[in-house]
Amino acid sequence: MDKMLNIALPKGRLGEKVYAIFEEAGFECPSIKENNRKLIFENNEAGVRYFWVKPSDVAIYVERGAADVGVAGKDIILEYAPDVYELCDLGMGKCRMAVAAPKGFSDDVNRTLRVATKFSKIAKDYYSSIGRDIDIIHLNGSIEIAPILGLSDVIVDIVETGTTLKENDLEVIETILPISARLIANKSSFKFKTEMIEKVAGSISRLTEGNK
Amino acid sequence: MRFDEGVLDGTEKLIFSLRSLYGEYGYKRYKMSKFEEYALYGRNIDFLVSDSVITFTDTDGKLMALKPDVTLSIVKNDRDDADNVTKVCYDESVYRVSKGTGTFREIKQAGLECIGKIDAALLGEVLTLAAKSLEMTGKKFVLEVSHLGLLDSALSEATDDAALSAKLLECAGGKNVHGIREICRNAGIPEGREDKLVALVSTYGSAAEVIDKLTGQFDERCVKELEEVLSVFEGTPYADSVRIDFSVTADGNYYNGIIFKGFVEGVPEGVLSGGQYDRLMKKMGRRSRAVGFAVYLDMLERLL
Repeated sequence: MDKMLNIALPKGRLGEKVYAIFEEAGFECPSIKENNRKLIFENNEAGVRYFWVKPSDVAIYVERGAADVGVAGKDIILEYAPDVYELCDLGMGKCRMAVAAPKGFSDDVNRTLRVATKFSKIAKDYYSSIGRDIDIIHLNGSIEIAPILGLSDVIVDIVETGTTLKENDLEVIETILPISARLIANKSSFKFKTEMIEKVAGSISRLTEGNK
Repeated sequence: MRFDEGVLDGTEKLIFSLRSLYGEYGYKRYKMSKFEEYALYGRNIDFLVSDSVITFTDTDGKLMALKPDVTLSIVKNDRDDADNVTKVCYDESVYRVSKGTGTFREIKQAGLECIGKIDAALLGEVLTLAAKSLEMTGKKFVLEVSHLGLLDSALSEATDDAALSAKLLECAGGKNVHGIREICRNAGIPEGREDKLVALVSTYGSAAEVIDKLTGQFDERCVKELEEVLSVFEGTPYADSVRIDFSVTADGNYYNGIIFKGFVEGVPEGVLSGGQYDRLMKKMGRRSRAVGFAVYLDMLERLL
C-alpha cells in the first residue's frame, strides 16, 4: 500500500496559494515550482505527492481515493455531494453563490422561473427550499449571457467582485450562500493514514485561522 | 461432488467463506425471492440506501419490485419471537442506482440479521462477526463503532428542529466541525449548545481511549452500553482494528443504539455497514429488537 500522502490541488491561482500554505506547514515539494507541464510532483522525504487537477474534479479524486486529501471550493462540494470528510475551512478563495438577473428584473411568480447555471443541484436545492417552481438550463460557461439572449430569466453563479455581472448589466438579487475553499479527505484513507492526515488538517487549520 | 477450488473467483470464495463463518455461529442461511411487493418498500422508502426501486406489474396486477434491500424482507417474514433469538444470514443480489452512472445495477451483498431478544453479548457477537468478515478480505481493516443514542442526545441539546438536526447529522458524518458551528450560528442557536456534538465528532480512536473521554460527560447508559459491547474485543487480535468514531451516523427513524461501518485498506468507501434497528421493527409493528450488517461485495471485487 502506498505510504505517501496523495494531495489533489486545484489548478490555478487558488491552488498555488493553497500549496504555499502546505509548504509552510512542512509538506514542501520543491519540484512543483519548476516551470513545466508536469502534473504530478513527489517529495519522498516529506512523504507527499501533489497533483494538479481541474478544480471541479478535486472532489471526485478524493471521493474515489485517488487522492487522500484535497482542496475544493464549497460550491463543488455542494454540487457533487461527495462522500468525504470536510476537515477544515481555509477561508480562502472567498466568494458567494448568488442569483443574478438583468437590472430592474421582477420575478413573475405566475410563471416557471428559467434558471441558467453550472450548479444545477445547488440551484434546485435552493429553489425547492423556497418552494419556487423552476426550469434548469445547465450551461458550462458564459452563464451571464443567458438572460441577455432570453435563454433564461435569472442565473445562479459564483460572484466574486461582481465586475462581470456589472459589465453585462446584471445584478445580484439574492445571495444563496458564502463559498470558500475546504480541506477534504477520503473516508477510507483517513482510517489508514490517520496520523498524517490529522497533521495536515491541524497545521492547515492553524495557518489559515486568520482568514476567517 | 468434487471440484477444483481454482474455478472460484475471489468474490465467490469470499461468499462461501462468509457463509461458513456465519454458519459456525449458528446463523441459518436465508434464501429469498428476487421479487417483493412494492408496498413493503414504499412504506419504508427512507430505510433504503437509494430511494429508486425497479418495479413491474405482476400477472395478477400487483405492483412488484426487484429487491433493493434484504433486511426488510427478512423482517417481514420473521415470526416476531421476542423471547428468543432468530439468526439468519444471506448472500443475495440487490438492485440499486449506482452513483456513477445514475442507472440501476445488480449489487452482491452478504450479511446477517439477528432478531428477537438482543442483549450486549449478542451485539458483541455481531460486531465480532463484522470484524471477522473484514479480516477475510486479507487486507488491513478498521471497524468503526458509533452510538446513535449519544448522537441523538447531543443533537437534541443543540436543536429540536428536525430539518436542522438532519443537516447537523450530515455535518457530523463529514467530521465537519466548522459546518456544525456555522449552521448553529446562522440558525441563531445560543453559542455553546452545539459543544456536545462538536466534542463527539472530534473524539475518535481506540475504544478504551474514547470511552475514557466520554465517561462523566455524556449519557451514562449509552457510554456503558458501548463499553460493555466493545469489551468483547479486549485481548483479541481485533482490538487494534476496532475504533469508536461518531462520524458513523444513520437515520434515527430506523436505527438506534450501536451502529458501525467497516473499511479495508485500498477501497475508498465503507465495505460493511450495520447496526441496531429496533425503530424499524417498531414501525413494522414488531416487539422484537434487531441488529444486522451487510458486506458490499461489489466494492471488494478489485481487491480479491
